[in-house]
Amino acid sequence: MSLFALLGALEQGLVYGIMVLGVYLTFRILDFPDLTVDGSLPLGAAVSAVCITNGMHPVASLGMAMGAGFLAGAMTGILNTKLKILHLLASILTMTALYSINIRVMSGPNVSLLGVDTVIDPLINAGLPGYWASPVLFGGFVIAVVMGLIWFLYTEIGQTMLATGDNLQMITSQGVDTHKVIIFGVGLSNALVALSGALIAQNQGAADVNMGVGTIVAGLASVIVGETVFGAGSVPRAIVAAIVGSVIYRIAIALALGLKIGSFAFTPSDLNMITALLVVAALTGPKLKARLKRC
Amino acid sequence: MKRLSILIAVLLMSLMCTAAWAKTYTISVNQFVEHPALDAVLKGLQDSLKEQGLEVKYNVHIAQANMATANQIAQSIAGENPDMVVAIATPCAQACAQIVKKAPHMAKVPLLFSAVTDPKGAGLVKDLNHPGGNITGVSDMTPVDKHLAMIMETVPGLKSLGVVYNSGEANSKTLVNMLREACKAKGVSLEETTASKTSDVYQATKSLVGRTQAVYVPTDNTVVSALESMVKVCEQNHLPLFAADVDSVPRGAVAALGFDYYLHGKQTGAMAGRIFGGASAATTPVEFQEGMSLHLNLKAAKAQGLVIPEAVMAKADKIVE
Repeated sequence: MSLFALLGALEQGLVYGIMVLGVYLTFRILDFPDLTVDGSLPLGAAVSAVCITNGMHPVASLGMAMGAGFLAGAMTGILNTKLKILHLLASILTMTALYSINIRVMSGPNVSLLGVDTVIDPLINAGLPGYWASPVLFGGFVIAVVMGLIWFLYTEIGQTMLATGDNLQMITSQGVDTHKVIIFGVGLSNALVALSGALIAQNQGAADVNMGVGTIVAGLASVIVGETVFGAGSVPRAIVAAIVGSVIYRIAIALALGLKIGSFAFTPSDLNMITALLVVAALTGPKLKARLKRC
Repeated sequence: MKRLSILIAVLLMSLMCTAAWAKTYTISVNQFVEHPALDAVLKGLQDSLKEQGLEVKYNVHIAQANMATANQIAQSIAGENPDMVVAIATPCAQACAQIVKKAPHMAKVPLLFSAVTDPKGAGLVKDLNHPGGNITGVSDMTPVDKHLAMIMETVPGLKSLGVVYNSGEANSKTLVNMLREACKAKGVSLEETTASKTSDVYQATKSLVGRTQAVYVPTDNTVVSALESMVKVCEQNHLPLFAADVDSVPRGAVAALGFDYYLHGKQTGAMAGRIFGGASAATTPVEFQEGMSLHLNLKAAKAQGLVIPEAVMAKADKIVE
C-alpha cells in the first residue's frame, strides 16, 4: 500500500468516523437502529454544497448541514415516538423521503465543488502538503467532536439519554419525557452524520445524491470492529473505539483495493465480502479468545 | 565478484536498451461500475493504444458504483504515479479531478475522462474547446433528437413515448430534459417514470403499460444495469423497447441508434495516443462521439409485437437475429 493510499484510508476513516459517532449514539447509547443515516449523509453534503455555491463560507455551511441533519433525525424520532411507528421503519421512511428532498435541495442529483474554496484550502494555502491537509483537518474535527460528545454524555441530558437506552421503562417511571430524549438523540446523531457528509463532499469535490448508499453498513461495521479491537469498557473508551473502528474499516478497503498475493488480487467486487468477514471476525474473535483461555 | 559486476552491468544495459526501444506507459483507470457499456469503453481504449503500437501497463480499479470507493481509488491512483489517468463515468472523473488538490504531483498527469455526459456541468472543464488544465476527454452526450426521429420512423404514428431513468443520475437528468424538449417539438407526449435502484426498474416499466406506445432508455447506469427486467415487461405487453446504447440491443432492446461504447473507448484511446505523443491536455478540446450506428434486434421486435419498416431495416449497421 502506497503512502497516498494509507493517508487516503486514514483521511476517509477520520471523516467517516464522525458519521460512525452518530451511528454509535443511536445504535449503542439509545438502542435505536437508525437507517436515516443513508439519507442524512448526502443531505449534509447537499446543503453544504448548495450553500457554498451560493457564496456562503465553507465553515458556515457546515453549521447549516448539521441543522438540516438534526431536523432529519428529529423527524425519524417524531415518527417513532409520536406516531408510534417502529424505529427501523420510521428511519427507512425518513431515508426514502430524503432521497427526493436531496434532489430538491441540489435541484439535481449532483453539485460539483471542483475548483471552489473549501474548508481544506486554508491549510493547503498555509503550506501544508495537500495529502496531509485532509487527515490533519479531519483529525482536528474528530478530536473536537469526540471531546464534545464525552462532555455531553456526562451532562444531565446525556445521562438521561444513556439511561433511556439502558432501560426505557425504568426511566419513564422516573417521570422523564423519553419522547423528547429520543427525538433529541436521533437528531443529534444525524447532525453528526450530516457534518460528516458535508466534509466528505468538500473533500471529494462533489455532493451526489447516491453517496449515502451503504452508510449504515459502514457505520455498524466500524462500531463493532472498534469495540472488539479497542474495547468498550467505558463511554469515553467506546467513543474512541468507534473512531479506531472507522479507520480500520477504511484501511481494510484500501488493502482490498491494492493487495496482491502472488497472482491473486482482490478486486473491488470483493469489498462487500471483506466487510462481512471483518464484522464476523470482530464478533467471534472475543468468544474464540475466551474459549482458548479455558482450554 | 568481477564476473558478477559485469553481469549486472550487462543486465542494466539491456534494461536501458528496451526502455529506449519502447517506453512502457502506465495508465491508472478509475471505472465507476462494471456493465457492458463501460466495460466496452475500457476494451476500446486498450485496443486503440495497442493498435497504435504503444506499450501500456494498466492499473484498473472499479468502484462498484460506490462514491466513497471511487474517492479512495482516486487516492490510491496518486500513489501509483501513472503517466495518465483515465476516469470512466462522471463520479470517478470528479473524484480524480479533486485529487490534484491533495497530491500536487498529479497536476502534471493528464486526466482523460470517458463516458461523461456533461463535462462542463460536472465542473471538470470550464471551456469545452480550451480545457486549460490537465483534464480533457470524450463526452457521450446523446443526440436525443436523432434518437426520437429514429423511434418515430420505426413506430409510425407515435403519439406517446415512455422513458425510464434514475433521477439521481446527473447524466440522465440532462438527457431527459433534452428529450422533453425534442418531444414537445415533434408533438409527442412524454411519460416519465423513475427508478432509483435497479430493483425499482421492473415496477417503473410496468407503470408505463397502457400509457405509451414505446419505451426509451437513456444511457442511465441504474436502468441499463437492469435492462432485462424491462425487456420482460415489454415482451409481456407488446411494447417496443428502444435504447440509447447499442450494447443493449443484443440484451433485448428492439433498436438503438447509438454509440458503440467500444468506439467511444477507441476515440478516447486515440486522444490518449496524441497526448502521449506530446499534445497537451490543456489545449486538446473535449470531443463528442463521432460515429453513430443503428443496431436492430429482430427477435426482440417479434417478441415485442413490432414490425420494423423496410426503410429502417435498410439503414441498419448491424442486425441481431
